[in-house]
Amino acid sequence: MTIPNATPITAELVAEHGIKPDEYQRILDLIGREPTVTELGIFSAMWNEHCSYKSSKIWLKTLPTKGPQVVCGPGENAGIVDIGDGQVCVFKMESHNHPSFIEPYQGAATGVGGILRDVFTMGARPIAAMNALRFGDPAHPKTRHLVRGVVSGVGGYGNSFGVPTVGGEVEFHPSYNGNNLVNAFAAGIADKDAIFYAKATGVGKPIVYLGSKTGRDGIHGATMASAEFGEDAEEKRPTVQVGDPFSEKLLLEACLELMASDSVIAIQDMGAAGLTCSAVEMGAKGNLGVTLDLENVPCREEGMSAYEMMLSESQERMLMVLKPEKEATARAIFEKWGLDFAVVGKTTDTRRFHIRHHGDVMADLPIKELGDEAPEYDRPFLRTEAPKPLPASKVAAPKDYAEALLTIIGGPNNCSRRWVWEQYDHLVLGNTMQRPGGDAAVVRVDNESAKGLAFSVDVSPRYCFAHPYEGGKQAVAEAWRNLTAVGAQPLAITDNLNFGNPERPEIMGQFVGCIEGIGEACRALDFPVVSGNVSLYNETNGVGILPTPAIGGVGLLPNVDAMATIAFKSEGEAVVLVGGHGTHLGCSTYLRDVLGREDGPPPPVDLAAERRNGDLVRSAIRHGRVSASHDISHGGLIVALAEMAMAGNIGAVIDLPLSPDLHAKLFGEDQARYVLAVPQAHVQRLLDDAAANDVPAEVIGTSGGPALRIGTALSVSVETLHHAHEAWLPAYMSEEL
Amino acid sequence: MKSAIILFPGTNRERDMAAALKRASGNDPLIVWHGETSLPDVDLIVLPGGFSYGDYLRCGAIAANSPVMPEVIRRAKAGTFVLGVCNGFQMLTETGLLPGALMRNASLSFVCRDVHLKVENTQTPFTSAYSAGQVIRVPVAHGDGNYFADAETLDRLEGEGRVVVRYCDDKGAVTEAANPNGSQRGIAGILNEAGNVLGMMPHPEDMTDIRQGGLDGLPLFTSIASAA
Repeated sequence: MTIPNATPITAELVAEHGIKPDEYQRILDLIGREPTVTELGIFSAMWNEHCSYKSSKIWLKTLPTKGPQVVCGPGENAGIVDIGDGQVCVFKMESHNHPSFIEPYQGAATGVGGILRDVFTMGARPIAAMNALRFGDPAHPKTRHLVRGVVSGVGGYGNSFGVPTVGGEVEFHPSYNGNNLVNAFAAGIADKDAIFYAKATGVGKPIVYLGSKTGRDGIHGATMASAEFGEDAEEKRPTVQVGDPFSEKLLLEACLELMASDSVIAIQDMGAAGLTCSAVEMGAKGNLGVTLDLENVPCREEGMSAYEMMLSESQERMLMVLKPEKEATARAIFEKWGLDFAVVGKTTDTRRFHIRHHGDVMADLPIKELGDEAPEYDRPFLRTEAPKPLPASKVAAPKDYAEALLTIIGGPNNCSRRWVWEQYDHLVLGNTMQRPGGDAAVVRVDNESAKGLAFSVDVSPRYCFAHPYEGGKQAVAEAWRNLTAVGAQPLAITDNLNFGNPERPEIMGQFVGCIEGIGEACRALDFPVVSGNVSLYNETNGVGILPTPAIGGVGLLPNVDAMATIAFKSEGEAVVLVGGHGTHLGCSTYLRDVLGREDGPPPPVDLAAERRNGDLVRSAIRHGRVSASHDISHGGLIVALAEMAMAGNIGAVIDLPLSPDLHAKLFGEDQARYVLAVPQAHVQRLLDDAAANDVPAEVIGTSGGPALRIGTALSVSVETLHHAHEAWLPAYMSEEL
Repeated sequence: MKSAIILFPGTNRERDMAAALKRASGNDPLIVWHGETSLPDVDLIVLPGGFSYGDYLRCGAIAANSPVMPEVIRRAKAGTFVLGVCNGFQMLTETGLLPGALMRNASLSFVCRDVHLKVENTQTPFTSAYSAGQVIRVPVAHGDGNYFADAETLDRLEGEGRVVVRYCDDKGAVTEAANPNGSQRGIAGILNEAGNVLGMMPHPEDMTDIRQGGLDGLPLFTSIASAA
């Protein structure tokens, strides 16, 4: 069969679609004829890196994805874990890096919109959002503009939609100068027996288009996100979608109402590659064909071509396979919410993706092959050479410990993020039990319940760069530790893997190393990967970002009344160090912020110790023996203590004498460690439990007083700490710096 | 107490509000769709927070012209208690039930944080459970809460005891630093002339459960419940 083709398919046109010559040959072999321009567009949408995972799939398969708590692993819109009482948590994290660099407000806003849709497509009401943001050097002329745009875009969408944005990360590093990262996380709650999937069943069932109208925005968005940037990044602005959180809120309410009416066979949101990707996925998963009649697609503009409709990434749209007898019910729900509802096609038994426009055939492709036969690459990789050891004895101690501490907590990467999270509504829905600024955010599952979920997103890109395997392990371990530090049982993760160009063996080596580390830590901690996203080609003019595999962790708190926060609560409590003293200064914040060096190996992660120490801390919290808890991460023990003091407005006196290794004890970023505040009555019991479980634990001081005092090394008032911690970001954003 | 929360497309704090009303009165409120033109017999009508109609024209402006609004206005004029919080306060000024307007925050940024409020008038059905001059802590979450009215209106509001809550610091001092949005004279909430309609930007409903970090918002709802 041939389809008349008005537009000649030239080598240039193929290249413009991001399809390599050998990939084009694969298309010719697959369909046995020259594709139409619409078909070429469909292949480019399905076979780009963003949608097909062609460079990463082979490695993603090595990650652990199963566990008794896992209801649904990777491959659906989001991952699902069991949280007891017939409820599940549905969650995922996804990048919107490329669009957020080109157009920061809309790029970030639609990133939030996309991830929320992934969650409610499965029947879950979103209860929390987070984000991991990375920007270039603060001194770079574009950085301030990007921070402002991204933060207001995240807030503008989430605030209006009505989901609390409860946590995240913000980091600056020159490697992100040409490629900032916007990773958006969302989690929702559903009943275990009311989860909705994308798999279509039944022949001749109506396929219904829901939500907003289709416009010309976002065409080739996914293709754009699958290539590196050159000097022309700005010219790609038309590929960025425009978000409408109001429509998304209506779509949420309409979809949940519809799902409760027993009308839905399958449902899939239109995200990357829009109508193409959603229709192919529903058909391919169900082993069915799909026929679409595009003249029925609600369009925002007149005269849209089949090509444009199939590739538009207009937001706030869904595709659904409907129980035919429920059409009137479903239509009434969508009309009530003022949204479009249009039957645009039907399922068939042909396994063909058949597209018609006013009766003319525009595409006729084998549906399974569109997804399954996408190229898959085992790209050559070059492992990162292990860094030379850097013993603490080779690292200078600070001349002034107080000044070093204030430099770190007042610097771009460890200062307060209040300027950011105060622009996010982190309280809407009334269930935020632990607000931003602690180790993990805690949100209870509903207005009445004492059951809560803890959320944290973590990665240390500088560790991953120096040693991808240890860095990958550390990202997972830190997410696990942050959940543990509030008293939660870690359940599972979503991973958002941001890397440079995988066609370069050294970048592929970073990717492979990180994946291996992530997998190892997930297995050791029973913390499987249930969803995720890969963002490659984060490069501009051949310069890649630091490897940044962001890990979003979810944990369960059966009783939020037993949760811990980082704030010192009262004077005279024992300050207990769990996990031993710091020794490791390679890749540390101290090295970077105080000495201006970024060398050495990252701290190694002993996963067995991580688990032992964490289990002890969680148990102590749940038994009510701990009044404050904080994990030790960037900046070491001294920064953890300062943060606990600031959060509680109570100082502490720490009994560490001056010694040649004091800088390693205070600034070392050794893993698997916590600081606890423990009422005196519980101290002995805690130390006994620790000894019985082979966990190092030691009383190092006492809470109280107006200052943080450490031996004779430093004494800084809590007020001075606050001032240093809060100043930098607002001053930077108001262009005072 | 029987209460009804009006649900507009884009409303997003109706769940918080319903939970607070239940905590204070023991009863679940009715949820009434904005497209209705009649209302059940209730003691309290609540216009909740959110982004009705996306706030795409002017905050609260389209909601103020919703099908249900003529009946809300009629009930308000007949003496039914009406509480408008955040987007609901914006609707009340747009309908003219309350004077003044809510402009973009002076910082031009959305702000979500706890603020302190001084309860300036406890002789109202909304505040009788507070003590005179009490300083309470509740959150704000808005981009357009900067209260504006002409000097004559402001003087009149103050003279008639209709400035019910004002932004202050933790000691009760009304200062510029304690004002999250640039509102004139630190005004956070005002009453209508008859005393049965209250509009306020902060969210007392999000501080009605000890697990939310405090109970300072609860007396507002118990006040209404005992007046009803």
